[in-house]
Amino acid sequence: MNVDVLNRSGLQAPAQSKLAIADCDVHPRPAGAGIGGVSRSLYPYLSKRWQEHVETIGVRYRQPWERGSAYPKGQPQACRRDAWPNGENPGSDLAFMAEQHLDPNNVALGILNPLTSGQGAQDGDLSAALTHATNEWQVAEWTSRDSRLKASVVVPFEDGPTSAKMIEARAGDKNFAQVLLLTRTAEPLGQRRYWPIYQAAAEANLAVGIHAFGYGGSALTSGGWPSYYIEEMVGHAQCQQAVLTSLIFEGVFERFPTLKVVLVEAGFAWAPAHAWRMDRQFAKLRKEVPHLKRLPSEYMRSNVWFTTQPVEEPEPREHLADAIEWMGWDRVLFATDYPHWDFDDPAHALPIRMSETQKRGIFLENAKAVYGLA
Amino acid sequence: MAGKPIDCDLHPTVPGLPALMPYLDDMWRDTVVRRGLDELNTIAYPANSPLTARADWRDATGKPATTADRLVADALEPFGTGTAILNCLYGVQATFSEDLGAAMARAVNDWIAREWLDHDPRLRASIVVPQQNAELAVAEIERCAGDHRFVQVLLLVSGELPLGRRQNWPIYAAAERHGLPVGIHAGSSYRHPNTPVGWASYYSEEYINQAGAFQTQLTSLMAEGVFAKFPNLTVVLMESGVTWLPGYLWRLTKFWKGLRSEVPWVSDPPATIVRDRVRLTLQPFDGPPDPATITRFMEHMGSDELLLFSTDYPHWQFEGTQAIPQGLDRGLAQKIMVDNPLRTYVRLRETVT
Repeated sequence: MNVDVLNRSGLQAPAQSKLAIADCDVHPRPAGAGIGGVSRSLYPYLSKRWQEHVETIGVRYRQPWERGSAYPKGQPQACRRDAWPNGENPGSDLAFMAEQHLDPNNVALGILNPLTSGQGAQDGDLSAALTHATNEWQVAEWTSRDSRLKASVVVPFEDGPTSAKMIEARAGDKNFAQVLLLTRTAEPLGQRRYWPIYQAAAEANLAVGIHAFGYGGSALTSGGWPSYYIEEMVGHAQCQQAVLTSLIFEGVFERFPTLKVVLVEAGFAWAPAHAWRMDRQFAKLRKEVPHLKRLPSEYMRSNVWFTTQPVEEPEPREHLADAIEWMGWDRVLFATDYPHWDFDDPAHALPIRMSETQKRGIFLENAKAVYGLA
Repeated sequence: MAGKPIDCDLHPTVPGLPALMPYLDDMWRDTVVRRGLDELNTIAYPANSPLTARADWRDATGKPATTADRLVADALEPFGTGTAILNCLYGVQATFSEDLGAAMARAVNDWIAREWLDHDPRLRASIVVPQQNAELAVAEIERCAGDHRFVQVLLLVSGELPLGRRQNWPIYAAAERHGLPVGIHAGSSYRHPNTPVGWASYYSEEYINQAGAFQTQLTSLMAEGVFAKFPNLTVVLMESGVTWLPGYLWRLTKFWKGLRSEVPWVSDPPATIVRDRVRLTLQPFDGPPDPATITRFMEHMGSDELLLFSTDYPHWQFEGTQAIPQGLDRGLAQKIMVDNPLRTYVRLRETVT
């Protein structure tokens, strides 16, 4: 069992003394016990037809378990032990989140990434119903009540045309700042079945956030399924590498040059080495992909951003500054991953020397630029 | 330079199944003919791909490295190489029949011994094993290990099971027993999609994502406790790329700090385990384009003992004889070319000084 933690309320430093920050990965979660894998809080946003479906069958993903994740987490719901509002689901209570995180950490912009939204459900129509309900819920319970928060349009990504319609429906809606996808999809995300999503996002001027996790059904390594949660967590980086390679080599950024992609919660220190590797192989194999007009690294440096959490921690720490230097200081967006266990505290997460401009960029200005928020 | 360079990754080409026929027993020789078996060349290296063979290393038929003479002339003489380790990439690990895989592995190893190792005293080789089945793989290691010109056991990075899984442990036990490092090479038996998010469209993607496969398999070896269980085993990552290592270790170490209660047998920090037990061959060197950044990057590697010289011949990874990237100082180059390989391969020390 987990141990309870000390009550630290009242110990937080006052927000006024801190730099305002953007948190590009905040996880809200519907409150209430679920039925069929769907929280009661989403029920008001589901039609009777889908309520009945959920009550009869429930949500089924490409993994074994009716409830819970493929790999047991390190602690319940992979959340901080102090982030449970009165025993309710972490991330389910705006007032609690504001008091514990948004206010003391001076979060001026929080990007909401709901992860239990029906994305990747095997039944595509159910996925569409649940993601729609999640979008309605984000506006009703979060963005309409706190102007610091911006929602993600969650879409049933395996169905490109339906996803595109859902994005078009939110175009110009200031409640939403991005479209949310997960890394582990049925096929690599650069492939054409997903292009209606990118077209709609580019036309709506919404960034596309691609968050670690998902239920694509492919083994977590090209050599099969690993045994441990630590392997899954480390492996999110390799999944994201494959996603980035797919987006670039399929020509997504040639076809949609204004598309902005944010890679969320898969680290970033791997990006420079991955870019060098892509460029070196491209130099020899470019006849295979003549639709690419620029070096792979150039697409990365013009169309792709990375969130920081869980920030890599080299010894010595200054090596992290090298990695950022090699990818570009404008590519990196701060994120905490609240309320998850591996939360990065903005006061401690980046202990490297930064100029004032670099610091403001990573903690706020880069995010405002990506998400089109002045 | 003290000592001649030791090239730790070269690929002899099986010119065709007929070359292996003398080394198959009657039943399998008959099978090849009667069932019309095709070549076991996998899609990991399409025959005409520029990467598969540098243009100046192809013969008149377009094939590279089909004879020891050619390999020596192309890849040993120009580099002054004193010792070269052959890793034959013939798709014996991809056959669904374990028995066919085992028969082909035996044939490949015997063909290597007779037609390559007997031909030039500078040549060494890795034991090709049917990694589909650990019992058969161990039998092949036992069959070949008495010939000390075999200096390593060869596995592909992507097989049926993650490499750390216990079903594979008899292979590591046999390798450790015989003083053979386990060399894990790029390539797949194609039991699973070639990326963790599904089948990629392009060969370019597959090859680039080999680096990710090495990362996940190194995680598997660590998390499952292979390094704790086999304290004298060395693992060599071959044709893996190298620049992913520091960033990967920073991430793995962070999660090891947070989740080590799940894998309590991993008692040392991952970077320490790598420094003591894991080596990587140099080519393809997937580094930055400018020497100054390469110099800076090498500090991130955290050790000058990790890299082993390789040309990856005949794969096209560099021009001319520029196998050592600019930006490495002389001391590091010496270690990569001679000292590190000699420390890694116990059996080389029997004949090379």
